[in-house]
Amino acid sequence: MQPVVVENIVQNYRTKKMVVEALKGISFTVDRGEIFGIIGPDGAGKTSLFRILTTLLLAESGKATVDGFDVVTDYKQIRNRIGYMPGRFSLYQDLSVEENLEFFATIFNTTIQQNYDLIKDIYQQIEPFKDRKAGALSGGMKQKLALCCALIHKPSVLFLDEPTTGVDAVSRKEFWEMLHRLKEQGITILVSTAYMDEASLCDRVALIQKGELLSVDTPKNIIGQFKKPLWAIRADEMYKLMNDIAADPAVESCYPFGQYHHVVFKTQEKRRQTLEEIAKGGEHAHVEIKPIEPNIEDCFMALMNN
Amino acid sequence: MKQFLIFVKKEWLHIWRDRRTLFILIWMPVVQIILYGFALTNEVKNSNIAIFDQSRDVASLAISDEIAASRYFNLVKNVYSYKDIGATFRQGKIRMAIVFPQNFRNDLLHTNSAQIQLIADASDPNTANTLTNYAQSIINDYQQSLNQNQQLPYTIKAQVRMLYNPELKGAYSFVPGVMALVLMLVCTMMTSIAIVREKEMGTMEVILVSPLKPFRIIIAKAVPYLFVSLVNIITILLLSVYVLGVPIVGSLWLLMAESTLFTITSLSLGILISNGAKTQQSAMFTSMMSLFLPTLLFSGFLFPIENMPMPLQVISNVVPSKWFYIIIKDIMIKGLGFGAVWEETLILVGMTAILLGISIYKFKIRLA
Repeated sequence: MQPVVVENIVQNYRTKKMVVEALKGISFTVDRGEIFGIIGPDGAGKTSLFRILTTLLLAESGKATVDGFDVVTDYKQIRNRIGYMPGRFSLYQDLSVEENLEFFATIFNTTIQQNYDLIKDIYQQIEPFKDRKAGALSGGMKQKLALCCALIHKPSVLFLDEPTTGVDAVSRKEFWEMLHRLKEQGITILVSTAYMDEASLCDRVALIQKGELLSVDTPKNIIGQFKKPLWAIRADEMYKLMNDIAADPAVESCYPFGQYHHVVFKTQEKRRQTLEEIAKGGEHAHVEIKPIEPNIEDCFMALMNN
Repeated sequence: MKQFLIFVKKEWLHIWRDRRTLFILIWMPVVQIILYGFALTNEVKNSNIAIFDQSRDVASLAISDEIAASRYFNLVKNVYSYKDIGATFRQGKIRMAIVFPQNFRNDLLHTNSAQIQLIADASDPNTANTLTNYAQSIINDYQQSLNQNQQLPYTIKAQVRMLYNPELKGAYSFVPGVMALVLMLVCTMMTSIAIVREKEMGTMEVILVSPLKPFRIIIAKAVPYLFVSLVNIITILLLSVYVLGVPIVGSLWLLMAESTLFTITSLSLGILISNGAKTQQSAMFTSMMSLFLPTLLFSGFLFPIENMPMPLQVISNVVPSKWFYIIIKDIMIKGLGFGAVWEETLILVGMTAILLGISIYKFKIRLA
């Protein structure tokens, strides 16, 4: 039995003027004990999907099960066995770290002591501040506390909605290391994020855009599907460079990526020459051109354009 | 200037998009004007009275007729003993009783002076005062009409007796009123805000995804406020006895039990409000509008209900604090027992059951 099965889930939000399609019939399954990433930009439908799977929202159509239980009819069983960490910091700001943890342990019919080994690694980092009010914690520490609270009842499936949004780079790295340790304990983890670079840290990912799944596979396979050569180019006047490249009929796409522009051509051949010609024609100075390996974000851009 | 205008626009959007609050802002003055205009007169009309006429002669009947015919009084009962008067007062059927002694006319004609006793329910001191003044002026009119061709004037002395509250202390009526008001505010407003705050902060999301049953969540949220309210009740009672000098005539335990019941009614109402409200602001506004004002206006605490137009009297029946106010006055000021307030208690119990039932039924187990 797979811990999470999603079949053709559709969700719309209605306002007076229009219908917003949040999820347009998506399907996927998650295997036991894997870290499954839902990756996509803001507004792609990640939170709606999480709320449906955590029984907080009723999908308009489609079917989903968590641990074999239907999210609509068996919501009580699901609520007994999952852990959920919403995107917004959802702890009591006016309670201390320890009081928060104790509260969540108790409402899930357990105690801190009983499952202490599960949260030990994470909790030890915030334990020095256990008497501090949760509202006074830094962003990274809040996330660690929220994770502890979601874990304290030893859930079989853990849902983390954008856990690293607004968290600094070091804390993000630590957070992912924690997830891998949890995975070793046999907990299935569904995590959503808007940061593409976090995709490679998942066992499998689903790329989601405007309510549709673009691809569901291991990060390695997704990158492997990117067959065309990819170029990085930079010069002094980046904006003009982008316009010049995009104007060329042979170019399929060109988008900014850090300090470079990434360029994909419509055909498979290597076209360093074409890029050099464009740079020359536009009289660009300090031009740097190099072939690069695609990453998930490049794949996402390519899939999005299809 | 541009910056200023964009700021005005932003504020306007805040107001415009919070339709519920806007609605209340626009309608509040309308409702208030209408209420103040119709409901809030201190004038006393159609007050129920009883007459105990021991002489039944021409003079006593003439005065009785005058009084019964005036628009201030409404003669509901002729009684035939002092015991009967006491019983009628306890049933809450009358606000004043008029007693004519035996040989009323005889005394008047032969000794040129006679007495009438006016017994008023002074648990509402203002109304009691007004009523006895009206009655006295009717008696004076009659006396003057007798004296027109008279050398030696007749005097009819009205002897006034204020029942329950002989010193006519205002505190006698406002202690029960304040109790109703405070309990309503603490329980209803605070619970509704506390529940809506969980929704606003997002903590409700996590609590919902837990094995806690909705019923338990609701009760758990309400219990602390029940304790706060009990403290409030005790404080108010201590203050009223030791500072304002209003004694607790009836049973203290009955009083506490009834107050607890009313607290639970208010808590249920707060929970019901929180079901609908999305923001703390709208929860507060709804509590204010649906409770604070009606409690002030319709509990009979500031303005006698029987003087209001019929539709408003009907509305007053659905205001829980009206019934609580009656109960508290009966127990605390008049010293009556459970036998006198069981009907009101039953109404409160019924209201609580309905409110609690609806709020648990309508409690959202999901976000939307």
